[in-house]
Order: sequence, then structure tokens, then C-alpha cells
Amino acid sequence: MNRAPLIFLGIFFALAFSWTGIVLVNQISYGDLTPVYDENDGIAYPQALPGIAQQGRLVYQDLGCVYCHTQQVRRPGFGADIERGWGERQSVARDYIREPRVFLGSMRTGPDLRNVGTRYVDTPTSKAGSEWHHRHLYDPQITSPGSNMPPFKFLYETRKIVGEPSVNAITHLLPEQYQPEAGYEVVPTKRAESLVAYLLSLKDTYAYPETNNVYVEPAPEETKAAGQKEESK
Amino acid sequence: MANPSSLAASLSPEASPDLVKRAELSEIDASTKAPAIFLLGSSVLWLLLGTVFALIASFKMHSPNFLGDYEWLTFGRIRTAHLNAVVYGWSVNASFAVAIWLMARLARGVLRHTGLLFTATVFWNLGVTIGIAGILLGDSTSIEWLEFPPYATPLLFVAYALIGAWAIITFRFGKSNHIYVSQWYILAALFWFPWLYSVAQIMMIFSPARGTVQSLVNWWFAHNVLGLWFTPIGLAAVYYFLPKVLGKPIHSYYLSVLGFWSLAIFYNWAGVHHLIGGPVPVWVQSAGIAASFMMVVPVVVTAINHHMTMVGSFGALKTSPTLRFIVFGAVSYTLASLQGSSMALRSWNEVTHFTHYTVGHSHLGMYAFFTMVMFGAIYYILPRILLKEWPSAPLISVHFWTTAVGVIFYVVAISVGGLKQGFEMNNADIPFIETVKNTIIYLELRSYAGVLMTVGHIAFAVNFTWMLAKRRKAGATAPTLFRTGPEIELEASAR
Repeated sequence: MNRAPLIFLGIFFALAFSWTGIVLVNQISYGDLTPVYDENDGIAYPQALPGIAQQGRLVYQDLGCVYCHTQQVRRPGFGADIERGWGERQSVARDYIREPRVFLGSMRTGPDLRNVGTRYVDTPTSKAGSEWHHRHLYDPQITSPGSNMPPFKFLYETRKIVGEPSVNAITHLLPEQYQPEAGYEVVPTKRAESLVAYLLSLKDTYAYPETNNVYVEPAPEETKAAGQKEESK
Repeated sequence: MANPSSLAASLSPEASPDLVKRAELSEIDASTKAPAIFLLGSSVLWLLLGTVFALIASFKMHSPNFLGDYEWLTFGRIRTAHLNAVVYGWSVNASFAVAIWLMARLARGVLRHTGLLFTATVFWNLGVTIGIAGILLGDSTSIEWLEFPPYATPLLFVAYALIGAWAIITFRFGKSNHIYVSQWYILAALFWFPWLYSVAQIMMIFSPARGTVQSLVNWWFAHNVLGLWFTPIGLAAVYYFLPKVLGKPIHSYYLSVLGFWSLAIFYNWAGVHHLIGGPVPVWVQSAGIAASFMMVVPVVVTAINHHMTMVGSFGALKTSPTLRFIVFGAVSYTLASLQGSSMALRSWNEVTHFTHYTVGHSHLGMYAFFTMVMFGAIYYILPRILLKEWPSAPLISVHFWTTAVGVIFYVVAISVGGLKQGFEMNNADIPFIETVKNTIIYLELRSYAGVLMTVGHIAFAVNFTWMLAKRRKAGATAPTLFRTGPEIELEASAR
């Protein structure tokens, strides 16, 4: 029994060590990281999400998207994240400071989504980005045959057209076998609209001072080797 | 040699086996009856429910339209419900039962005020039920290993605090002067978990830290639940049951001391290896990698200690169900830990991170090691609490072979698929969708392995329920073994 206090002290200091090192030290060293104000743009980066995208973030959370999609781009030369077009640069801590909950993720059953907002884009004249997302969410087989992503049809409502058809309806975007009966239309729910708004908003395109430091030019030998590989094909 | 105090006898010379001690142990076992039966009963129910969730999630991975129209069964929710049901439902309930029973026995203390303890165990299960319902209904926090919605967690914390306090009170008021290595592990785990859980809850949910500090807290917690809760409880059980069933002391006392302290020092830094290449300070990643690699020390030390105890007694595996599960678990612990250390190395992590290979690794740890050890412990504990024997040896046999073969099949299939996925993902010449399609066959194989494991769980649950329901036979005390042992000592020691 006498050795119990000694054992307890050991047990206490063991965890105190990592609690200090991993949690406390990092909280102190970058737990109050602030946005960077760009004088040319007159904007503080990273920018806050618009309200509807904030709601979409909650849909992303409640459906558990994070279990198949990461939101972090690894540095050039470590994995093929950049080559796959998942981002122009490595993700840095400052990218995440506006997010109430950080969805880094740990699994890539599907592609990384950190910059999905640069891949599918809405412009003032076209809604191509949202349309792609709606078709993809309604059933991934429409846009990505062979995918194992589940369909999210339950985020869409099939309802009878009363009077004028809805301007939001996505019926015209769906292939033939997904068409509802005549007189019916498929309309995204509020949750589908906000989820798509969130996905469209995901992009880390601003170059912070620190992103210039972490970008490492690939070594000349590697490019040579890569070049040779391409030639041999 | 084989009576219940043989362990004490092997460690302290003045403790000699006699009938008084045997009666005392029987009294101690009896005092744990109500809470232990409730904990074990709930753990078996959660195991079955968690298995159903697992099968649904697994089938959805290769057939995404399976049950695709139900929002509450969508992959992101059912996978999460599976993890939380088997972790906080099955594994934690089983750990509580084993920890309390071991603590009472090793401290030689009768469990007091079991009514309050029983209430705490009811609250724990209530909290888990509310949490799982919350996840399925869309209130998940989407923080890995901390998905329970904020309205479930305070209940869990209070229940945990009470259960932990009971084990420590039992330790404090026990009559034993010696603190056996299993008790170190249990005491440490009981102290570490609430610290981890409260810090994680506060810094992630109630008052979230800014940016990726959250991610550091997340993995500091999540990996330490494995390393500082499940691993110590599992090792405590191995350290107790291995020498107990074999009727001989553990190989080396000094190695067990070294194993314990090296685990305590290195494991708690290892969690950062989940963030290698991520947007957190590189020095923390490097520290995490170093700590993960240093885990080789406790693992090898513990492996030598366990496996050297086993050497020369392999014959006992033919007869004792407990031993078979425990040895399977101990070997898996060695393999899972060495694999984990290798996965933290940057060059290998570049391939395996973000792939199904990690899922294989986690099942090697949580299932092939921890769950199998818990099965073994339950096969030993339940007859002593209920004072009756397991009704069916063939069902135990079915349970062992389906789960053992199932989990090996599972880990091999998903690891091969995961490696393929990892190598292809790092080759940007292969379109991403092709890397997805190439994993489907391995995901299907994983589902078949899951079906096999489900058969084992059903056999276990049937045997468990049958045992609770059957009437106690006066005078019949022969243990349920796979076959009658060749030697008297073995037969008796397998009890």
C-alpha cells in the first residue's frame, strides 16, 4: 500500500507531460492565431463563411461527410494531393481559424474537399457548380459512375407541381431513369441548398506569408526522374 | 497450485493457499455480482447492436444503394453509430466489469454499497443509448471518437466518475499489501480516462479551441482512449488470466514494471501521428512519430513477458476457452502495436494514411486484441459470479473459431485493399474514381468476414443468455472446457 502514492505520482506526470506538450503548448503558441488583413484587397483572410454556407456546414456535420472526405491538402512531394488538383498549396493552420469545428478528417474513401469550391464553380451567368453538386448528391452514379458514395435523395423532395413549376427544381438536370412521374418535380430541400452552398464556399486560394515558406520546390533529381518516367511511357 | 490464491502465493511467500482464502474470494466475487452481471449483460447487447450497425455500414461501402433512402441509416451516421456502440457500449461496459472484478479480487476487498455502483452503471448505459440515438437522428458532433451529442456526455462523465471512484475505494479498503501489475494498469486507466475526456469535451465542444488546436486535442484524446484506457485494461486482464489459468507466475516481475512505465511515458504522445502532413506544427508531428516508434519498447517487453510465460504450456490451449482467447489477444497486441509504430513513420504514413489500411489496423487492435481478451475474461469471470458453468462447449468453440478466423480474414482483406488504395492514390496518373473501384472487391471480402464474426457473436450471446437462464445444479462444479485435460493439474488450473 505504501507504494501507491509513488505509482500515482508517476501516472499523473506521465499524462501531464503530453497534456502540456500537445495541448497546452500549442494552445499558447497558436491558439490565438488571427486573420491576415490584405491592404490591397481590403479584406481579412480567411473570410467568414456566408450564413447559408454556415448552415450547410452543420448538414455536412450531421450526415458524417467527414468520415470519407478529408479537408486538408498535404505538401508537394508528400502524397499526390497537389498533382490531383486538390489544392494549389499545402493547407496551413490559419486556413481553419474561422471554423467553429475543424473537419480535417482521416479517411479518403472519397477525394479531399478542402478546395472543392475551386473545382465546381458558380458564375454570375452559370450555375454549373451547384447543378453538378445537386446531381451528384441526388445520386453519385449520375456524375461519377462506379462511386461508392451513398445517394442523398432524402435531401430532395419529389412533389406535385401546383401552378408554376419551382424555379429551384432540379428535375431537368436528372437523367431519364431518375425522372419523376409527369406532373411532379424534384426540389432541393433547404438542407440540400445550404450543403451545396457550403461545398461551393470551400477554397483556400489566398497565399498567406507562411504558405510561401512551406511550399517546397520539388528537388531537381525528382523532376528529372519523373520526366524520364513520362518519356518512357 | 490451482486454487484462487495461487497468484498471491506466487508473488508473496506468506500468502499460502487455504480454504479461508477460497471462501474469502468467493465472498468477494459474490459482492460484484449485481453490477458485473448488469455491465456484462449490457455489453453483450451493445456488441450485438454494434455488429448490426457494422454490417449495414460495411455493405453500404460496396453497395451504396443498400438502404440508401433512409436518412438515419446513411453511411456517415451508421458507421459512427457502430463505432460508438462497440466502443462506449460493448468495450467500456466489458472493461468496467473486468476492472471492478479484478480490482476487488486483487485488492482482496469486498465491493461496498453496490446499489450506488449499480445506479452508475445504469446511467452509463442510459448515456450511451441517448448518444447513439442522437447520432442516428443527426446530432453527431462529427468529431472522431467524441460523436456523442453534448446532451449525452455529462451523464456519461458522472457515471464514469462514480464507477471509477468505486474501483479506487475497493482498492483503498482492500486487505492486500501487494499491488499486482494488473492493478497498476487499472488504476492508471481509471485516472487517465476522465482527464482525457473532460479536456477533450471542454476544448472541442463546450468551449472550442481555435482552428487546428482542436485537431491536436481530438487525436490526443482519441488515440489515448486506445492507449491509456483500452490497452491498460486489456493488458491488466492478460497479466491476470495468463498466469492464473496456467497456474504459474508471470515470466518476469521486472519486465512488467518496465513495460508499464515505458507505456505510460510514450503512449500518450503517440496520437499526433494521425496528423502527419496536416496543418499542425511539424515539431508536434515529429514528437508523435518518435513516441509512436518508442512504443516498440513497452510492446516488446510486454510481449516477451507474456509469450515467455506461455512457453511450455501450449497444451493448455486445447482445453481452456479463457486461455485460448487471451493468448490470441496477447499475440494480436504485439502485432497491432508493431504495425502501429511502423505506420507512424513518415514514408509509410504517406501511403497508409487516409486509407482502409488504417481501418484494418484499428480492428487488429480493438477487436483481435482487446475484444478477444474481454471474451476470454468473461468466460472466466461469469461462472465464478453465477456459481454455475457455461452450458455449451460447442458454442464456445464456434465463438472462438468464427471470431478468430473472421478477424484475421477481415484484417488481411482490408489491409491489402488499403495498401492498393494508398499506392494508387499517390499516383496522380490513375484517376481517383479508378482507385475507388479497385477497392470494392476488398470491401466485399470484408463484409463476408464481418458475417463470420457475427455468427460468433450470436453463439456467444446465446451461450450467455442460456447461462443466465439455466438453473444452478447442486454439486456440479466441473468447468466447461473444450475437452478434458490430459493432466489433473491442467484440468483444475483451467478453472
